[in-house]
Amino acid sequence: MRPAEQFTNIDRRSFLKVSLLASGALMIGCGRLDPEQVNEAEKSTWIPNLYVRIDTDGMITIVSKNPEAGQGVKTAFPMVVAECLNVDWKNVSVEQAPLDDRYGRQVIGGSRGTPDGWDDLRVAGTAACHLLIAAAAEEWGVSTDECHAESGAVVHEASGRSVRYESLLETAAGLPVPDIADLDLKSQPADFTLLGTFVPGVDNLKILTGQPLFGCDTRLDGMLYAVFEKCPTFEGKVRDANVEEIRRLPGVTHAFVVNGTDDPGGLRSGVAIVASTWWEASSARKRLRINWDTSQSDASADYEQQAEALRQESGEVLGSVGDVDKALDSANKIVESSYYYPFVAHANMEPQNCTALYHESGQLELWAPTQNPKSGRALISETLGIPEDKIHVNLARIGGGFGRRLRNEFMAEAAWIAREIRRPVQLQWTREDDVRHDYYRPAAWHHFKAGVDDAGRMIAFDHHFITFGANGETVSGADLSPKHYPAGLVPNFRLRQSLIEINVPTGPWRSPGHSAYCWPYQSFFDEVALATGRDPLEFRLDLLSRSYGETQIDRQRASDTLKLAAAKAGWGTRELDANRGLGIAFHYDHGGYVAYVAEVAADGSFIKVEKVFAAVDVGPVINLSGAKNQVEGGFVDGLSTANLEITFANGAVQQSNFSDYELLRIGQAPEIECHFIQSDNRPSGLGEPPLAPAAPAVTNAIFAATGTRIRELPFSRSGISV
Amino acid sequence: MSNVTLKINGQAVTVDAPSDMPLLWALRDKLDLTGTKYSCGIGVCGSCTVLVNGVPMRSCVMPAVSMAGMEITTIEGLDPSGEHPVQKAWNEEDVPQCGYCQAGQILTATALLRQNPNPSDADIDSAMTGVLCRCGTYPRIRKAIKRAASYAAEAGGES
Repeated sequence: MRPAEQFTNIDRRSFLKVSLLASGALMIGCGRLDPEQVNEAEKSTWIPNLYVRIDTDGMITIVSKNPEAGQGVKTAFPMVVAECLNVDWKNVSVEQAPLDDRYGRQVIGGSRGTPDGWDDLRVAGTAACHLLIAAAAEEWGVSTDECHAESGAVVHEASGRSVRYESLLETAAGLPVPDIADLDLKSQPADFTLLGTFVPGVDNLKILTGQPLFGCDTRLDGMLYAVFEKCPTFEGKVRDANVEEIRRLPGVTHAFVVNGTDDPGGLRSGVAIVASTWWEASSARKRLRINWDTSQSDASADYEQQAEALRQESGEVLGSVGDVDKALDSANKIVESSYYYPFVAHANMEPQNCTALYHESGQLELWAPTQNPKSGRALISETLGIPEDKIHVNLARIGGGFGRRLRNEFMAEAAWIAREIRRPVQLQWTREDDVRHDYYRPAAWHHFKAGVDDAGRMIAFDHHFITFGANGETVSGADLSPKHYPAGLVPNFRLRQSLIEINVPTGPWRSPGHSAYCWPYQSFFDEVALATGRDPLEFRLDLLSRSYGETQIDRQRASDTLKLAAAKAGWGTRELDANRGLGIAFHYDHGGYVAYVAEVAADGSFIKVEKVFAAVDVGPVINLSGAKNQVEGGFVDGLSTANLEITFANGAVQQSNFSDYELLRIGQAPEIECHFIQSDNRPSGLGEPPLAPAAPAVTNAIFAATGTRIRELPFSRSGISV
Repeated sequence: MSNVTLKINGQAVTVDAPSDMPLLWALRDKLDLTGTKYSCGIGVCGSCTVLVNGVPMRSCVMPAVSMAGMEITTIEGLDPSGEHPVQKAWNEEDVPQCGYCQAGQILTATALLRQNPNPSDADIDSAMTGVLCRCGTYPRIRKAIKRAASYAAEAGGES
């Protein structure tokens, strides 16, 4: 028999590793190495970042390295392996990996899970299948060309023989690892039998029967429960607090001041209360009296006045093509409009929480619903002075991510409290903590000026973007690329930016940036189209028909999604009652193309979004259920968020709970008809792309139904109720 | 602290709880029944919904001591094997995204179907309006309730 572990590589980046475990299971590992690091020493210690295990009972297990927050990766990834390995889906199970550097990137963000995993998953599954076919062929003394794999078995049709994979494991482990270059990877929808079908989520049974799954479901022997009170105003610090009185309250075991750090994304100053139950900790908190130092808090929040003043200035030019001023001078018609959207919060249904256990040996163990466990571990290491190799992070299913859990201050808080009290502890934020201590999606003002020639074509596009910054740089989530659509589609283009200084914590929010600024763009294009007597669909398609220099988008894919959504909705062909309207919008981000046509019915200022026609191109669909779920959910989330607003007064957030930050309810959610263009592009992710075009499709439809152009969000600012 | 005997999922359990402790925290922190979820704490989001004598109630605002003698059903007690028509329909329509609110959705839907075995969209929207979902699974919740209604009809009206 050959050595148990062997390597093959193709492009100096992709590697395979095959091992036979003591249990008799066959383990196939696949992954990549940084090309800079590939040398013999690295190869000898390299460990795959993806594992597929075939056990002696025929069960297939794949280790899912990324956290799951409802985006569906924990189901989609094993589907790819099962497809390429030719096994029945019912024989595949998934194990959630903890944070482990050997797995490489373990982050939910940027819709990157699918595009990053696509090759490794297919290579692992296909290589395993090749090995098993080769093993059967060797045992039978026939050529591999005469054999094929189906439903977890290798079949030799000529002789009618068939053998299950589990009988071939030892032989397979002794064969040469196939060269990745020789693997025939399935890539087109026509190749698939499992991919593209509707597969329910692998955690469904646990969810539907209430078994422990989420971070806050963690229970440890002797565990206590903690709350952590921070200053309602940003940057506020504890001077002193009545912690001795709090310690005497029922159930309370500990109460102490945490000085915290100056890192706005880290451990902030506050008071921790620990008790035998969360309710007792929470009840004691109501008796807390804290003397806050709020001298560093910014209480102004006169952002609208500042934005109005900045509007008069020219701003910094971030990008310019052609001569916008000259083109505007020569234009046949000028269209100008301004848009505003507010700050919004993430409001995951599961408020932030983390369970931590500090061992006397100096090891720290955590159970965390985090989108970015590695950065959480680094934050804890820096804050507590514990080396990273002594911090173990278990990944819990996440009750909603949306970008909020890319920040991990709740992990640092739990870790600090655990080390202080030397007992296992679960920190659970209240909803109020969650709403008031978020990293908000920044508000912004967009001032547009378009010049149209006598053929109705947009020849000039001037855009003044007023956003938020600190020390002259845009704050997290507040930036806008000058390469963004419609850059490259208009001969004369200019993006100008002005910044309002701010100390409010901001951060990525599902489809960062795009989820906010798609709405003003797609609304304004409707305004330009209608001002020049053109159909909004025809105007958008025309805009996509020419390019001027580099464009980020594939114009064909963009046009195809627009046309499909329009066709399904009966755009331009269907008669509508006077109080009804159709609105169209599209967007490209994170590799995905999404177009919506929304149909609304107006009853005075009350709008009902009745139906949505979605057209989506993210390449081949992996899990039809997961993909549709992201589109349906993305639309509902986009509509919900257009109804929401976070405001500030005296340096603090004014909203506190779902009573004054009201998410969309079921009666407001439309029926959503979802159509995929299964193009032969590489698959891209779907967590983010379906969100951005939802709001403009609705506001454009509201204009069609009522003649009211919504230029400020939330809807209530425009006197509209959705 | 008060001793209270609760009847949860058909079993009598005695809990020593502060007199103002909501049922939610007695379930989660005293009995380790973590299927019932905390989200708003003020009775507006429905994540913590349990059935009390068959009626959906917000466990985050009901003191546990006031629940003595009542039949409490949590998500763990619906059908632990997931074969209840509502659970089956929820899986087949693949309703959950993150899944955090789904216990509240499922128990509310179960109560609706007991009252109204064949609900219209309007009936569904009305019954389910109190349970928030941040992931936006509402279109599938409607479909799953209709699917569950059809299972119950096939089984002779039992739900």
